[in-house]
Amino acid sequence: MSEQSKGDLSLVALTKSFATFTAVHPLDLTIPQGSFFALLGPSGCGKTTTLRMIAGLEEPTGGRIRIGETDITDTKAYQRNVNTVFQSYALFPHMTVVDNVMFGLRRRGDKDAKAKANEVLELVQLGQVANKKPTQLSGGMQQRVALARALVNRPDVLLLDEPLGALDLKLRRQMQIELKRIQQEVGLTFIHVTHDQEEAMTMADSIAVMNAGRMEQLGDPATLYEQPRSTFVANFLGQSNLLRARVNPGGTDDMVTVRAHDVDLEVSREHLPDGVGDVWLGVRPEKLRLGESGGPNHLRGIVRDVSFSGVATQYSVEMPWGQELIVIQQNDGSNRATLGEAVTVSWAAQHGFALDASQDAEAGAELVDDHG
Amino acid sequence: MSWIKRHLITFAAIAVLIYMLVPNVIVAVFSFNDPAGKYNYTFNEFSTEAWTNPCGAQGICESLGLSLQVGVIASLAATALGTMIAFALGRYRFRGRSATNLLIFMPMATPEVVMGSSLLTLFLMLGVPSGRTAILIAHIMFCVSFVVVAVKARVATLDPKLEEAAADLGANPTQTFLRVTLPLAAPGIAAGALLAFSLSFDDYIITNFNASPSSITFPMYVWGASARGVPVQVYVIGTIMFLLALIVVMTGQLISSRRNRQVA
Repeated sequence: MSEQSKGDLSLVALTKSFATFTAVHPLDLTIPQGSFFALLGPSGCGKTTTLRMIAGLEEPTGGRIRIGETDITDTKAYQRNVNTVFQSYALFPHMTVVDNVMFGLRRRGDKDAKAKANEVLELVQLGQVANKKPTQLSGGMQQRVALARALVNRPDVLLLDEPLGALDLKLRRQMQIELKRIQQEVGLTFIHVTHDQEEAMTMADSIAVMNAGRMEQLGDPATLYEQPRSTFVANFLGQSNLLRARVNPGGTDDMVTVRAHDVDLEVSREHLPDGVGDVWLGVRPEKLRLGESGGPNHLRGIVRDVSFSGVATQYSVEMPWGQELIVIQQNDGSNRATLGEAVTVSWAAQHGFALDASQDAEAGAELVDDHG
Repeated sequence: MSWIKRHLITFAAIAVLIYMLVPNVIVAVFSFNDPAGKYNYTFNEFSTEAWTNPCGAQGICESLGLSLQVGVIASLAATALGTMIAFALGRYRFRGRSATNLLIFMPMATPEVVMGSSLLTLFLMLGVPSGRTAILIAHIMFCVSFVVVAVKARVATLDPKLEEAAADLGANPTQTFLRVTLPLAAPGIAAGALLAFSLSFDDYIITNFNASPSSITFPMYVWGASARGVPVQVYVIGTIMFLLALIVVMTGQLISSRRNRQVA
């Protein structure tokens, strides 16, 4: 009944359109077998629709879904060897925990359903509550039952739809580590949908950032953070300072100079998109230093805000043209600046990145603070 | 004085309960009477005669049997139909949905006399003979509305994600319905079925319009008998029905309170 195909999951021009809008524009994506993959984006970006299409709960309007060599696009949800951990958990309230976990195995007529269910319940540390009803458990325990119910079937792909969204912060951190441990232990392909960029970066091997039904960028967490290719990614994953600049002609093989507000600044050529003249020059707040660093990139400004948080101090430094740059200084013993002080802000050329200036500098920024 | 004040609500509750239960108590008491004349209105002498011979009055058990039969068939049919209608109305958006919603309420709002007479007119026009079949059709018709209301309330609280989860775990549509949807909707369906049974068992007006001399239901028998003097057996059957209803309700309460205690 279920497909016993093994291999990478590939989405080929997968599309979902509704009468009035397109939820997912043609999406091409290959997710390697055994990886922990995150679909990251704000609400309404199409990540959950993509997940539901993989699960078979939503019918794509175009494109194909393949696992290994097998095309599963036209199969029903119950025929796919793909299981989902739902955001609301969707545990069956009239069944005990162990019956919930056995549900999938029983549908396939598995003789060892009970033994396998108990084994998985041990893995998620819930052996002692096997005979309770889901409503008798705490949110965190229910979450683990939902995970166990999906895991026990050893699906080709396990889908997690904002699985930690309903948990409080402390429990969420704990479950992030737990989920990662379990994924490594069982070696299944996990696809994790989330709007929490920190969660995605902590857990996933690679992340696809989605926005307005399109994939903005695909990569491992470090690459996405260090070399965002759009202002949306630069703002949605952490904070960015973006300076309007124009690329100067020439430059060396490694370095290019750009002119921002009458100051010449350097940026690595590999961090500059091809064929653009006007750019946003981006630098992460923690890459900025107060004081001269001997490099070519420095700007002068006045400290307008200081907030000390123990491990670090965050400054807001006003530039002569009115823009405020955010600087995060680690509490490593270096001198702290005071409010109203005139300071020099500097950074190493390889820490900057340039983005096409035709984009909105604020894209994605307003979406970050909404979430915990 | 302050003691009375503090327990005012208790007194009020007891008074209301007495008001509601006195008729049942009277019925139970008079079921042990040995009436002097043909009317069972004054307590004459204690007797278990009617209890040991409940079918003693002529035609009483035939009418009871017919009422039970009609009640069971009508409530089963109405529950099956009503459950399907409730799922359709609760789950799907279709043309004429709100009109259907409204029409379902019509039999509940229509006076029974009007409905009974119009059904009789309809049956005469269509050539459906009066009697058991006509009664059944009429009962199923008005019971459906009540089942729909009871089941729809339950369906509205069902999380559609549960059905998605079942499908996701490999259950085909039939298995999903039997193992997830139906068990979860069961309390609403059971409530609808019980309501349908008691409405059917109880009905006099609509039944009377569509009955024939060979199809006398229990309410019709009691009504007919009251002119000549109600036999004590009617009181016995009334008491038994009351106790049965009490047991059903109490069992239901017990199950749900036990379930709640598990949850807490």
